[in-house]
Amino acid sequence: MTGTAGYRLLLAGLAVVTALLFVCSLLVGPAEVDAMTSLRALVSDEGGLMTLVMREIRLPRAILGLSIGATLGLSGAVLQGYLRNPLAEPGLLGISPSASLGAVIALYTGVAAAFPLGLPLAALAGAALAVLVVRVMAGTDGGVLSVILAGVAVSAFAGAMTSLALNLSANPYAALEIVFWMLGSLTDRSMTHVWLALPFMAFGWAMLAVTGKALDALTLGPDTAASLGVDLKRVRFLAVFGTAASVGAATAVAGAIGFVGLVVPHLLRPFTGSLPSRLLPASALGGAAMLLAADILVRVVMPGRDLKLGVLTALVGAPFFLWLVWRTRRRMV
Amino acid sequence: MRLDLKSLTVELGGRRVLDDVTLSIGEGEFVGLVGPNGAGKSTLLKAIVGLLPAGGEIALGGEAARSLSARETGRRLSYLAQEREIAWPVPVEDLVMLGRAARLPSFARPGPQDAAAVARAMRRMEVEALARRPATELSGGEKARVLIARALAQETPLLLADEPTAALDPAHQIALMRVFADLAGEGGAVVACLHDLGLAARWCTRIVLLDAGRIIADGAPLDALTPERLRSVYGVEALFADRDGPVVHPLDLAGRTPG
Repeated sequence: MTGTAGYRLLLAGLAVVTALLFVCSLLVGPAEVDAMTSLRALVSDEGGLMTLVMREIRLPRAILGLSIGATLGLSGAVLQGYLRNPLAEPGLLGISPSASLGAVIALYTGVAAAFPLGLPLAALAGAALAVLVVRVMAGTDGGVLSVILAGVAVSAFAGAMTSLALNLSANPYAALEIVFWMLGSLTDRSMTHVWLALPFMAFGWAMLAVTGKALDALTLGPDTAASLGVDLKRVRFLAVFGTAASVGAATAVAGAIGFVGLVVPHLLRPFTGSLPSRLLPASALGGAAMLLAADILVRVVMPGRDLKLGVLTALVGAPFFLWLVWRTRRRMV
Repeated sequence: MRLDLKSLTVELGGRRVLDDVTLSIGEGEFVGLVGPNGAGKSTLLKAIVGLLPAGGEIALGGEAARSLSARETGRRLSYLAQEREIAWPVPVEDLVMLGRAARLPSFARPGPQDAAAVARAMRRMEVEALARRPATELSGGEKARVLIARALAQETPLLLADEPTAALDPAHQIALMRVFADLAGEGGAVVACLHDLGLAARWCTRIVLLDAGRIIADGAPLDALTPERLRSVYGVEALFADRDGPVVHPLDLAGRTPG
């Protein structure tokens, strides 16, 4: 393998940037306290109010930013590698729309207001249901096309049901709450959310991380990969269920956050020699860095207005993606 | 390594694509698998690799292929698919290295012997100069040679190649036939689907002629390829000659007078 040194440098650089952004995320907020005091309040037990702010508000937010960003980056890279399509992203399997639908149902029926974990649990149930439908529809032949088609159908249905909930919502405040939730945000999440989502995400990461070598072989197409000893059914199981566990949990606590899973693998692929196995860790770190940065931006750009994270990632992500398409097209001509 | 097929039968969508194929191929053989479109050549190779459900028995080196793990199968045979697929702009040498994946445990990194195998394969296919180029930016013929190098890097005793000469210019077609003949000479076994009867007749040690899923002829090139069989199976008239070896060249459709 060549370029190993450059690749290690890339991973180290991304890790440093992610760590810095994580600390930065801890230091940004409406409570204007200097950095040293904030960090001291985080680790000491006698800080009073500031300790509470750091541990109950900023720390969960930073942890969720880090882990959800990593989830989106990693699952995006795995799905692009598995489907051999640079346009694949975590939403493609219908998992984020279905998790959103679960959350919307919780908001609509009042389950979300009845007890604090009602909403994320309903979202997780939505994600689980989606993955079961995709699994059944996709059959047992290990094919890729049926997975995509099943995902598209599930996405469309979940989207339609979400629209129906909005349509029938008698209470405009409930409708507004649904819309706001769907925009995606990390505001006012607690450690409870972290403990709910993190185990699922970690489980999903473990499943996604072991697909690297199989995805490399899949670069040569499914037949050649199978002849190289790749078990196509196992790869599909890991990619689909790993995405469901991690992205389902991420959507359950933060809503649908688009474009990170699409753009980050694209952006980093050229620096990793395009091999999927090398892209996975880079894309996980890159996703974490991008989401932490975006979550810092929403707090800095419009402090009083509660700019939604999902809005910002799409706002920055879409033009950036256009630029990527433009650059790719110019190279192809 | 011996390859033994006994009563191999494959049905796809209710249609019998391979019908009772029994065949044994030993070390040192370069077998040309020929036959018209739809005869079942690619299906036969895929069934041997285990990509299609097949009835009958397949044995690799005397052991039932079904009883072998996927990794062990990858140590015994390499397969060049007909589809020349390269999904990502991976540098050529990294792509050829993928041929070593079957030999490595899950998280092992390639070692010096893997690098040496990749270098040998790239030298054989004359693609060393392309080592750092992204594989997706190569010409059709260059891509084909890189993918053959990928299969050679696997260094298996049995190589199955589906239309390996497609997209190659005449010099590279002949060079490839020489590589396969050399592999057979070194004690390997090569089975290649070929459409070019001239190349098959001249370079293969043995020809297996398939038609409608059955073996029509099996033997030395000129024993298997006869004017009558080319007429009945392909529907073509061919020139047969000898110029330091057999020359077979299709001239016209059977039953038509030239000109």
